[in-house]
Amino acid sequence: MSDVQVYTPFRRGLPRLGPYAREVWARRQFALELARTEIRTENTGTGLGQLWLVLNPLLLAFVYYVLTSILSGSPGGAARLAHIMAGLFLYYFFSSAVIGGAMSILSSSRLILNTAFPKMLLPISVVLVSFLRFLPSLGIYAVVHVLAGQPVRWQMLWGVVPLALVLVFATGLAMLLATVNLYFRDTKSFLPYTMRVWLYLSPVLWLPEQVRGSLAFLRWANPLFPLLGSWSEAVVEGRAPQAWMLGAGAAWAVVALLVGAWALLSREREFAVRL
Amino acid sequence: MSSLSASEAFLETPPVDVPAPLSVRVEDLHVTYRASLERRPTVARRLRRLGRGERVVREVHALRGVSFDVLQGQVVGVVGANGAGKSTLMRALAGILPPTQGRIEVHGRVSTLLALGVGFNAKLTGRQNVTLGGLAAGLDREEIARRYTEIADFAELGEDFMDMPMLTYSSGMYARLAFSVAVHMEPDILIVDEALSTGDARFKEKSFARMQELCAQARTIFLVSHGLSTITQLCTEAMWVDKGALVERGDPAKVVSAYRRFLKVGATAVTQEDV
Ligand SMILES: Nc1ncnc2c1ncn2[C@@H]1O[C@H](COP(=O)(O)OP(=O)(O)OP(=O)(O)O)[C@@H](O)[C@H]1O
Ligand SMILES: [Mg+2]
Repeated sequence: MSDVQVYTPFRRGLPRLGPYAREVWARRQFALELARTEIRTENTGTGLGQLWLVLNPLLLAFVYYVLTSILSGSPGGAARLAHIMAGLFLYYFFSSAVIGGAMSILSSSRLILNTAFPKMLLPISVVLVSFLRFLPSLGIYAVVHVLAGQPVRWQMLWGVVPLALVLVFATGLAMLLATVNLYFRDTKSFLPYTMRVWLYLSPVLWLPEQVRGSLAFLRWANPLFPLLGSWSEAVVEGRAPQAWMLGAGAAWAVVALLVGAWALLSREREFAVRL
Repeated sequence: MSSLSASEAFLETPPVDVPAPLSVRVEDLHVTYRASLERRPTVARRLRRLGRGERVVREVHALRGVSFDVLQGQVVGVVGANGAGKSTLMRALAGILPPTQGRIEVHGRVSTLLALGVGFNAKLTGRQNVTLGGLAAGLDREEIARRYTEIADFAELGEDFMDMPMLTYSSGMYARLAFSVAVHMEPDILIVDEALSTGDARFKEKSFARMQELCAQARTIFLVSHGLSTITQLCTEAMWVDKGALVERGDPAKVVSAYRRFLKVGATAVTQEDV
C-alpha cells in the first residue's frame, strides 16, 4: 500500500501547510454539509419554521430603531431605519459566527475523539451556517431600502468588499476563540457581553460620522468601525466607501485570519487529549 | 506447487514463506490525557491555583510503552479490563490521539467504527449521519451515494429508520448502522471497538462473515471486545492490554485463557479485600 502515515509526538508548531490545505480542501463538502444539516434541523419544530431566519433580525432591527428614536428624541426617519437594519444584519451574522465558532470545537468533542480530520473545518462550518442564515436577510433589506427611498446605484455593489472582509475577520476570530476556549473555558461566558458592548461601539446604532472627541479612537481601535462603516456607506448610501476604511478593514481581517489559523493549527493535534 | 504448469504458477499468489507486508508498527507508544482537575477549567480558578502553586491538569497516563508489529491480513483481538487503554490504543492507531512519546506507522487507510459507533450526532437521521461520517472520512458525495444503498441494506434497519433521528434507535440498531458504515468504507485497516456486543445473533453472524471477507482481501482488522469467545472464534492473534501496557500477545486461545485466569484471580483478590 502506497500511503504510509507516521504519527510522532505532538509538538507545538505548525503542521506542513501544503498537505494540511489539501486535507481541508478534500473535505470542503463536509463543512458545507455540516452547515446545511444544521440549518435544516434547527427551527423545524417551530410553527414558523425557516421564516425565523428572516424574522429574527427584522424584529431586532425594529427594536433598536425604537430604542434609538427614544434616546435621540426624534423618529429619525426611514434613512436611519435602513442604516440600522443593514448594519444590524451584518453584525448579527458576525456575532453569531464568532459565538458559535468559539464553541465549535468543544461541542464536537465526540466527533473529534472518533474521527481524524482537520479541526479547522469546525469553526469554518459554523461561520458558514451564520452566513447562510444571513443571506435571506439581504432580501428583506432590499425591500426596506427601496421603501425608504434610498438611492439605488451601481456603487452599492461595493458592499461585497466589506461583506467578504467581515467573513474573513469572523473566520479568524472564530478559529482563535475556539482554540482559546479549550484552555480557558470562561471564554464562552464572557462572549455574549463582549459582543453586546462591541455592537454599541460599532457604527450600527449611530453613523460613522458621529464619532468625535474622546470617542475618535474607535476609528482605529475597533476593527468593526471601518468594516461596518464602509458597508453602510456602500449599501445604504450607495457611494464608494472611503479608501482608508477598506484598507483598515482588510488589514484587520488578514491579521485576524493569520492569528486565528496559527493558534488553531499549532495546537490542534493536542485537542483530542484536552477535551 | 511444483506440479503447476508455468502459466498457472504465474497467476498464483506469492508462496507462503514470504511474510505479508507490514500493516501497523507501534514503537514504545505512550499516550497521556491531560484532564482538567475541575470539571471546567476557568481563568478565575486557574488564577487561584496559580496563587497557591498547585498543578492545574491531572495527567492520565493511559498507555505506557506499547510496542508491536501487525502484518496485513491479520485479525487482531484486543482484550483487557475496563480502563486498560484499549480504546486509547485504537484512537492512537487511527491518528486521532497524538503519541505523547513513541512512534506509530500505519500503512493504508484506517476506518474506525468509533466514527459512528460512539455517536456522531443523535439529533440527525441515520442517512445524514452516514453522509456526514463519509464526508468526514474524506469520501466524496458520489462515492457515498454509491455505497449508501449497500450500507442501508447491510444494516437492515428498514427504510423508515434511516430517515429517523438516531435518538429513536436502540443501541443494537445504532451498532448495526455503525458497523455497516465502517465495513463499507473499504478501509485497509478496520478498527472495531466494542460494537458487536449489542447486535443480535443473526447480525453477529453476518458481521463475522463480512469481516472474514475483508480479511481475505488482505485487510487488517483490530477487534476490541469483552466477548472473549468472539476473540477466539474470529481472530488470528490477540493482545492483552492491562494498565496501559501490553501484557501478552500471541495465539488467541492462549491469550484469552491467560486473561481469564487473571480475571478470576483479580476477582478473588477484590472479594478478599472487601471482607
Ligand atoms: N477523554 C479522556 N480524558 C481523560 N482521560 C481519559 C479519556 N479517555 C480515557 N481516559 C482514561 O484513559 C484510560 C484508558 O481508557 P480507555 O478508554 O482507553 O479504556 P478501555 O480499555 O477502552 O476501557 P473499556 O473496556 O471500558 O472501553 C482510563 O484510565 C481513562 O480514565
Ligand atoms: Mg473502550
